[in-house]
Amino acid sequence: MRTAYALRLGDDGLILSHRLAEWSSRAPELEEDVALTNIALDLLGQARTLLTHAGLLEGRGRDEDDLAYLREERDFVNCLLVEQENGDFGHTIARQLLWSTYQLTLLDELTASTDATVAALAAKAVKEVAYHRDHAVQWTLRLGDGTEESHRRMQAGIDRMWPYTTELFERDAVTDAAVALGVGPDPGGLRSRWDAAVDAALADATLRRPEDTWAPAGGRRGLHTECFGRLLAEMQHLHRSHPGARW
Amino acid sequence: MSESAELPLWEVFVRSRRGLSHTHAGSIHAADAAMALRNARDVYTRRGEGSSIWVVPASAITASSPDEKDPFFDPAADKVYRHPTFYDIPDGVRNL
Repeated sequence: MRTAYALRLGDDGLILSHRLAEWSSRAPELEEDVALTNIALDLLGQARTLLTHAGLLEGRGRDEDDLAYLREERDFVNCLLVEQENGDFGHTIARQLLWSTYQLTLLDELTASTDATVAALAAKAVKEVAYHRDHAVQWTLRLGDGTEESHRRMQAGIDRMWPYTTELFERDAVTDAAVALGVGPDPGGLRSRWDAAVDAALADATLRRPEDTWAPAGGRRGLHTECFGRLLAEMQHLHRSHPGARW
Repeated sequence: MSESAELPLWEVFVRSRRGLSHTHAGSIHAADAAMALRNARDVYTRRGEGSSIWVVPASAITASSPDEKDPFFDPAADKVYRHPTFYDIPDGVRNL
């Protein structure tokens, strides 16, 4: 279960990192290009530590590259939110706001994890993610409380990403085991802090909190949304075509 | 990238560590001061270069003109006595 837990955390970082890297050379401004890819690199760094750790815990000799590049779609256990397509800049910022707020509250708890590697990673990552969240909050505020068009797009982004947030707080056998071992928190316990932080950011930005309607889930069981296969194809293509390729 | 031209330009000054002065690092575009500070952080301090950043609207800077270069700077060229190396240091002085 410790392996499964580390793998989830690692997959979340890896997949969101890949999505953000897709903005490379395409962001609205050069400065934003650098900002988004910086965030992607932070997340990739976290993912490397976690996937390496998961590989060691598993004890089958798989390293970070094996886990990132040689698993099939059904073997990935990232949440659905992080794999959602970038859409326009408003969609990406919405995903960043919802995710980084969640990740920050999670990391805050993980600094007290009984898994020393996870705790050390969390202590380092909490500073990185605090900046990711600040970046998302600043943009949410400016787009939401900006022009009529920027407000419309930012709200559309929040509406688009919202359904995928329910999954973040789901309990299952892995999170229950993590709680029992002191490895990680009860996801449901993160909800009230997430609600308060997201509500405040949305209110400041004159945005509306969407209703909770349908709540897609399945990422943690390897059941992903349609766009995920294309993401994996691009991410794994080089390594699968040229195994062990190096710079 | 088409919107870049519409966003104001900011000059970025980075201090690498305590005790040194802020040094001009370059310029960035941003909608306002808070975003300028963040953009400057992302563009100019990603490799641990900084411990403090200033951003200044480029429009707030008055620069000397190349046309004025001679009257501004040439007169300083032959005043060697303005340099500390012009003076002999007395033997007894250790920390000057």
